[in-house]
Amino acid sequence: MNHIKKLLYFVKPYWRRSLVALILLVAVVIMDLAIPRLIQRVIDQGINSGNMRVVVTTTIWMLAISVVQTLFALGNNLFSIQVGESVARDVREALFLKIQSFSFGNLDRLNTGQLMVRLSSDTTIFQRLVQVSLRIGTRAPLLMVGSIILMFVTDKRLALMILPVLLATSAVIVFFTSRMGPLYLTVQKKLDRLNSVLQENIAGARLVKAFVREGYEGERFAVVNEDFTNRNIQVMRFMSTLSPAMNVFVNIGIVIVVWAGGIQSAQNGVSVGQIVAFINYLNTTMGPLGIMVMLANLVAAATASAERVNEVLETVPEVQDSAQPQSLPEGRARRVRFEDVDFRYNDGGQVLSDINFTVESGQTVAILGATGSGKSSIVNLVPRFYDAAAGGVLWNDMDVREARQSELLMNVGVVPQETILFSGTIRENIRYGKPNASEEEIVAAAKAAQAHDFIVSLPNGYDTRVEERGGNLSGGQKQRIAIARALLLKPAILILDDSASAVDVETESKLQNALKEWLKDSLNVIVAQRISAVLRADKILVVDEGRIIAQGAHHELMENSDVYREIYDSQLGEGVKMEAAL
Amino acid sequence: MSEKTPPPASPPRMTAFGRGPAQRARIEKAGDPNRALIRLAGYLKPYRAILSLVLVFVLTYILLGLYEPYLIGRGVDQFISLKKTDGLPQLALLLLGVYLLDNAFQALSSWLMARISQDALRVLRRDLFERLQKLSVAFFDRHTAGELMSRLTNDIDAINQAVSQNVVSLAASVLSLVGILIAMFVLNAWLALSALLVVPIMFWFTNFIARYTRRGFRRLQSDLGDINGVMEEIISGQRVVKAFRRSEPAVERFRASNQKVYEAGVYANTYAFMLMPLTNVLGNFFIIVLVGLGGYLALQNLVTVGMIAAFIAYAQNFIQPLRQLASMYNSIQAALAGAERVFEIIDMPLEIDSAADSLLPTPLQGNVVFSDVSFGYNSDHLIIKKMSLEAKSGQTVALVGPTGAGKTTIINLLTRFYEINSGSIRIDGRDIREVSKDDLRRKLGIVLQDTFLFADTVMENIRYGRLDASDEECIEAAKLADADHFIRQLPRGYQTKLSERAANLSQGQRQLLSIARAVLADPSILILDEATSSVDTRTEARIQAALLRLMKGRTSFVIAHRLSTIRDGEIVEQGTYQALLDEKGFFHHLYMSQFKGLEI
Repeated sequence: MNHIKKLLYFVKPYWRRSLVALILLVAVVIMDLAIPRLIQRVIDQGINSGNMRVVVTTTIWMLAISVVQTLFALGNNLFSIQVGESVARDVREALFLKIQSFSFGNLDRLNTGQLMVRLSSDTTIFQRLVQVSLRIGTRAPLLMVGSIILMFVTDKRLALMILPVLLATSAVIVFFTSRMGPLYLTVQKKLDRLNSVLQENIAGARLVKAFVREGYEGERFAVVNEDFTNRNIQVMRFMSTLSPAMNVFVNIGIVIVVWAGGIQSAQNGVSVGQIVAFINYLNTTMGPLGIMVMLANLVAAATASAERVNEVLETVPEVQDSAQPQSLPEGRARRVRFEDVDFRYNDGGQVLSDINFTVESGQTVAILGATGSGKSSIVNLVPRFYDAAAGGVLWNDMDVREARQSELLMNVGVVPQETILFSGTIRENIRYGKPNASEEEIVAAAKAAQAHDFIVSLPNGYDTRVEERGGNLSGGQKQRIAIARALLLKPAILILDDSASAVDVETESKLQNALKEWLKDSLNVIVAQRISAVLRADKILVVDEGRIIAQGAHHELMENSDVYREIYDSQLGEGVKMEAAL
Repeated sequence: MSEKTPPPASPPRMTAFGRGPAQRARIEKAGDPNRALIRLAGYLKPYRAILSLVLVFVLTYILLGLYEPYLIGRGVDQFISLKKTDGLPQLALLLLGVYLLDNAFQALSSWLMARISQDALRVLRRDLFERLQKLSVAFFDRHTAGELMSRLTNDIDAINQAVSQNVVSLAASVLSLVGILIAMFVLNAWLALSALLVVPIMFWFTNFIARYTRRGFRRLQSDLGDINGVMEEIISGQRVVKAFRRSEPAVERFRASNQKVYEAGVYANTYAFMLMPLTNVLGNFFIIVLVGLGGYLALQNLVTVGMIAAFIAYAQNFIQPLRQLASMYNSIQAALAGAERVFEIIDMPLEIDSAADSLLPTPLQGNVVFSDVSFGYNSDHLIIKKMSLEAKSGQTVALVGPTGAGKTTIINLLTRFYEINSGSIRIDGRDIREVSKDDLRRKLGIVLQDTFLFADTVMENIRYGRLDASDEECIEAAKLADADHFIRQLPRGYQTKLSERAANLSQGQRQLLSIARAVLADPSILILDEATSSVDTRTEARIQAALLRLMKGRTSFVIAHRLSTIRDGEIVEQGTYQALLDEKGFFHHLYMSQFKGLEI
């Protein structure tokens, strides 16, 4: 509930429209409640008194009321729809803007799937709650309460007799709503399992076929399918008793009205019209009960959704500019230095310890190490994708944490490990970081990234559309486009995070030559697992378990570092021999 | 009179049941709804006996439902109006009894229908799944897993939701419309005529509005699809957006889509929500006309007050199913559209195993011969041209070349995931097209490029290689694959549950597990597909050692992208490693480029 309250902030700007919607709604309910009274009038003062005029005028009145009521209801719709859609739009936008402010650490904890759920279905559920509250959600309880009051107005004694029935019905509702949520949850779980077997068999279709496991998978599916079915039957059966259970009470009410009303009317205590009106009110009280069940569900779901939405909205970006961010020193970066840097991700243990090294302008530093040794974590500290836990990363002599992040980013070109391309043409992807780049610049960057040749060999050249997730390009091609994208910026610092892993060795060596040429006065940091990618670096850092265990040029390391020599041998010496033996 | 919405048998699901962009009404229409409906109904056939019982129950409660307003009317006329109480208790008790029976039969028939309808759906899902399994690999290559999944889960869910909302009882109440009409005409033709006025208008309204609603929701759905695409792309690329400082254009792009969704939402919902007040007003009109006309007739002594009361009750019973139909119209349509697509898959041509009885010889020598094999995924673009290759029993063939040269294709051909266009592939002299696919695949061990693991324990994942293997054998296989060491370090050892996509293991660990799986399968012929890329050096060395052990004594095909012997699909050079090196051809060239660094 609390979470929903917080989100009401988004309804505030539309309070006028919401109010109009509610006022119209109240008018609609009042008119709803008036009709049975008017019918009573037709019967008692018209038919039973032989007065045709009353019959005709009252009927006309009722028709008129109906028309007005419809108009009001339509008006209520318009306003509540506008409010609901506006709120959904605003919540989505607030979420999206918030996500834009996220730093990498925030994104680690909330993955794309989770964020998408919050942006789509969670937002929609909240929107529905808003819309429903302005419409039927308020109308139903108003109608119920109004009907009960009017029952008392119509005939107190009959109303008192009905009261236990009303209470019993409420008990039924409470019982069903309290049991329903958990029941649906279990159905949901079974459905998830069903879906995950389905998912595995679709994504792993090759494997299933290769191992000839269709029969086995069929049995697995049968089990979860059966489970899901049984749970569904259980829920359906439970729910199928809800409607008769509630109807029984309404019906008992009607029987009471007919019976007791008959007795009272014999004593002249109540008129026919009153009894008919009474039955009508009984129907209007009980009718919306089903809606109340739905409403209870909706509120429960919306609470969960609101909590998830709030979680995002309340997330504080981990990396933020300091109170008084400073501009980077004028001119190109001359030097980047790591001083006693320690680093850990929020949830985990130490990732980096005592990292010390310096890169000078025009130099290339390569970081070599096993998966998980902390290579990427080192480079991520330079543009402040994350902040160091201790020590500092110095840009010339300024701690990057004092600098404006936007300026840092402007000067750092990153080719991330995971190649991400966006929908659009290859050209648009290359000029992503510099939308106004000229054709010459784009081609030059592509040439340096060794991408030009394959691009022009594509049917539409630079205008070839990149399919979703780059499905129409090979891994190596995507990587080279991503490299071109970074090169186009002519960044002061270029970070290649294992970015040419899928590029074949021949192309990779051409790429290295081109990079040297392209970034004469830049600082280059190359992260790699493949030793062929690092051989020519000015300085190679060998990283193991978050520490630099050796640094120096290739020939130095070959002499001094056992680990380096081991890696070298396994990849270019021994390893090749092993491959030869295959 | 006023809004009397029947309690939904199954309230709209709040959880993320539909994986669709949002939980909006699904607005879809089957191309041929009748065919889909008939076919769905076909799934109920096995339950004919129970269904006829349900039908009897339904008819009974429909009749009871017709009797109730009549009894009320009699109560009004014979007792209340006349101020008599003799016999009133009997009537009241009769009414109560009828009500109780009515509800009991309703509950009973829904109770029975729950099992029938859900069972039918279970069979439908089973059919779908079995069919899916028998589809060729080409089908799975044409559709991404995500696309297939979201489609199937949505379709299954759409059908499920409509059925769970008790379509059957809705159908019963529609049936009762006919009964009510008849009853009204029997009781008083004049008053009944007013019902005939309402029904056509109601249908016309519903149809009219549904058309706009559908149009509106279709637009909304496509706009929602757009915005989801935009959000998904930007958020999954958020790190790049950040690194290249492209938040502003991203936000602009998002805002434009967001505004479109808002406008489409307002449009679609304006029509969708119109239905409710309009059907309400029609219902009210109906009753008001009844009252007015009834009053007029009563004053002419043509009709009694009790009759009017009965007619009001009939009118309420009459409008309710109409209203329900109108509100469920869309979800029924969506279910039929979903069913249509499910049937589409069920009707797809299967991968046929034409020689299912013809087995490869056991034990297999493992002599594999490709002669003049040509193949292309499209017949007009051959990827492999006239390839010939021979692997003798126990030999290892390395297929090396740049991406796109057709290495992976060779696996597809050897396993007959795809059929070759010309030439032949023989194993121990038998053309593989003439043996059972299942048997062929059973004798091939494959370590695929993407190491697919199941969301199950490590042990079960290894056992996938041979289902009857004991725990000890699985562990033995893991040891041989050099996976035992890391498995033991997992929180629960061999019983550690892998998360979906095995995200809790590193790439290298996943590969070791898939090797263990292949070890356990103990195939005669082994195919290793780029199993050592993107792994750090030490793990790589381990994997290679494990592979060497695995390959011992088996004919093996190894596919890696380091050194190349095939280019553009034709075998550039063929021979042993040393022989290739000596020839100093294309192969030599690549090999040297890897060593260029040495000259520094």
